[in-house]
Amino acid sequence: MTIALAPRDLSAFVTQDDTDHGRVELLVTGARCAGCMAKIERVAAAAPGVSAARFNLTTGKLAVSFAGRNGDPALIIDALEKEGYPATPFDPGKAEAAHDKEGRMLALALGVAGFGAGNAMMFTVPVWAGFFGQELDPSTRQVMYWFAALVATPCALFAGQPFFRSAWASLRKGKANMDVPISIGVILTLIVSFSETIQHGAHAYFDAAVTLLFLLLIGRYLDHKLRARARSAARDLLALQAPVATRIDDLGVERTIPVGEVEVGDSLVVVPGDRIPVNAIVEAGGSDLDNALITGETASLAVGPGAVVNAGALNLSGRLVLRVLARSEDSAIAAIARLMEAGAQSRSNYVQLADKAAALYVPVVHTLAALTFAGGWALGLGPREALLRAAAVLIVTCPCALGLAVPAVQIVSSGRLFRKGVLVKTGAALERLAEVDHVVFDKTGVLTEGRPMLLDAPPQVLAMAAPLARASRHPLARALAEAAGCGEAATEVTEVAGMGVEGVIDGRRARLGRAAFLGVETLHADETELWFGFDGDTRVRFTFEDRLRSDAAATVAQLKAMGLTVEVLSGDVAGPVLRAANAAGIDRWSAGLTPFDKVAVLDRLKQEGRKVLMVGDGLNDAAAIARAHASMAPGSAVDASQNAADLVFSGGLLDAVPFSLRVARAARSRAMENFAFSALYNVVAAPAAMFGLVNPLVAAVAMSGSSLVVTLNALRMNLTGGRR
Amino acid sequence: MTIVLLLAPFSLVLALTGLAAFWWTIRSGQYEDPKGDAARILDDHLADGPNPDV
Repeated sequence: MTIALAPRDLSAFVTQDDTDHGRVELLVTGARCAGCMAKIERVAAAAPGVSAARFNLTTGKLAVSFAGRNGDPALIIDALEKEGYPATPFDPGKAEAAHDKEGRMLALALGVAGFGAGNAMMFTVPVWAGFFGQELDPSTRQVMYWFAALVATPCALFAGQPFFRSAWASLRKGKANMDVPISIGVILTLIVSFSETIQHGAHAYFDAAVTLLFLLLIGRYLDHKLRARARSAARDLLALQAPVATRIDDLGVERTIPVGEVEVGDSLVVVPGDRIPVNAIVEAGGSDLDNALITGETASLAVGPGAVVNAGALNLSGRLVLRVLARSEDSAIAAIARLMEAGAQSRSNYVQLADKAAALYVPVVHTLAALTFAGGWALGLGPREALLRAAAVLIVTCPCALGLAVPAVQIVSSGRLFRKGVLVKTGAALERLAEVDHVVFDKTGVLTEGRPMLLDAPPQVLAMAAPLARASRHPLARALAEAAGCGEAATEVTEVAGMGVEGVIDGRRARLGRAAFLGVETLHADETELWFGFDGDTRVRFTFEDRLRSDAAATVAQLKAMGLTVEVLSGDVAGPVLRAANAAGIDRWSAGLTPFDKVAVLDRLKQEGRKVLMVGDGLNDAAAIARAHASMAPGSAVDASQNAADLVFSGGLLDAVPFSLRVARAARSRAMENFAFSALYNVVAAPAAMFGLVNPLVAAVAMSGSSLVVTLNALRMNLTGGRR
Repeated sequence: MTIVLLLAPFSLVLALTGLAAFWWTIRSGQYEDPKGDAARILDDHLADGPNPDV
């Protein structure tokens, strides 16, 4: 039985804009240069019904407008694929997140702060000149200050909004994050500067307030850009596994719909090569299912009418008609979802380095400022001078360097990982990753490639079976054909769903498939096998095993060299797990675990005080991924696991795990160095401010200088952190 | 020194013009596809200008 690929109906992805024209967004991969961009737009615009096509080379998204209300994205996708650019329709719900409001707001705040800093300084530079003896007459100085106030105050109030909001949100929760001292510093600086200017004083810090915001906003903006890029890359990975289902109505008409629209009781068709979209019961047809992503088992499972199938299983051999048992949201196994939620909550209690520093810094500095004011007044300075010195303490102890200490390092290290194909979801993830001392791997799809490979077979036997294997789409047959190389295919081939394939080789009828299909009893139920035989001749047996990733053993050795212990937790049966663990050089392994067992193992490790990194890909790992101290998932993982994981790595190499660990550890060292520098700086600056040695020029230079040192130290991440 | 009273507002107006231009570049989506826009300007067959839809 050959399956003709029916033209896909992707009209579910077409949305209508305000002018009632159809629109669709496609994710196009493989475009690298301007030439590709021109070609993609030309090909898409030439497709029937298309009025305009616009490709974004930075994000890889192609926006297509149709002349009418509806259009056929499949025609465009086929045309693009012929040119060598694979394309996938983008879920309209996911595409809307591309509108990056926050990024625009930050860019505008940065622009305003830059404008304010530059122009306020234009008026304060003449005043600074006064500190070198070229005395400005007090009334001119006051005019300069008023101009500076006119520029700096609105700019600081506008550009400071991201900080004020975050500080307010944090204060309402009864905590103080780094934005609290920043906000207090900025607002107090403005107030003191106004009072100084009104009283004809020399110590106004309008430029310092807005420069502080400018420097911090550079960090915020870059951080946001990088995270937005990592998030959209993560979304793209998920969009590539386009979640669609094919529904047949009572008249037998097939229509592709987004998985979210599937209702209980619908009839769905799943052709070989597609995943089962939701939990369902088989109505008609028979096939083999690959449950590797759900349970971690490598052996395929034969199903027929009446069998219950789970979302995420891969249909291997036959066309299945299913009756839906649960909607998509309910399908992802409610229990696992609950476990994941609990795990994510326990993790949100983690206190980040920057917040720990803020918790120390805020009370110390604010007490110091209060003491300066009280002490200064008591020692006969007068309230005005005492307040000025207290403000100088707040300005010069400078949350600037502290505020940049961690974000700058996180930006640089996330960028470094991003270029190696590792996406970092949050900054806290890197900090947790750096603390890890035990690594748990899932087997299928993580230590191994997640697809079967033929174990050694005599070449002449292999050559006999190969023609039949070449005619089949089943993964085991494909693995056999791959091992045999190029050659002839069998004729008169029929594929019996769930059983095997039958055909004629050199005039002799032959069969390839399960033991039962060839009428033999199997001896080793825990091995993945395929039987072959000519009619009335002896049967031969081929065994398969999931191929270990090429660098699995090297990765494990690296991890051990870094002082970490390594363990395998798998849902697969003992035999393959033992072999994979041995080959990878891992002594501790457990097989046959359910998702709940995995979580229990992680909880036990946690009680022993271990910090665990979980690397997994399947739905059976999702709960453990959410529970672990830190977690990673390959780009081929199910979306539940990718969503729960801290880091997602693409590419076929497991090397990303030790590399990420090295970068995370280096990032922690850089952050600590930055904190040490900031502390040292404050130890020097605070007394200077208390004794009235700080003037506006010193404040401006010290602030920029300390920020620069911290940022340059963060940039060292690009040089260190390990090679690949 | 009274010239300052003329020059200072003038310089501020100039700088504000720059700020307004920056605001316009953000609003019109000119930072959405830096790689693509850099190439579009060189190719006559490609529609140039920022993408109005993004």
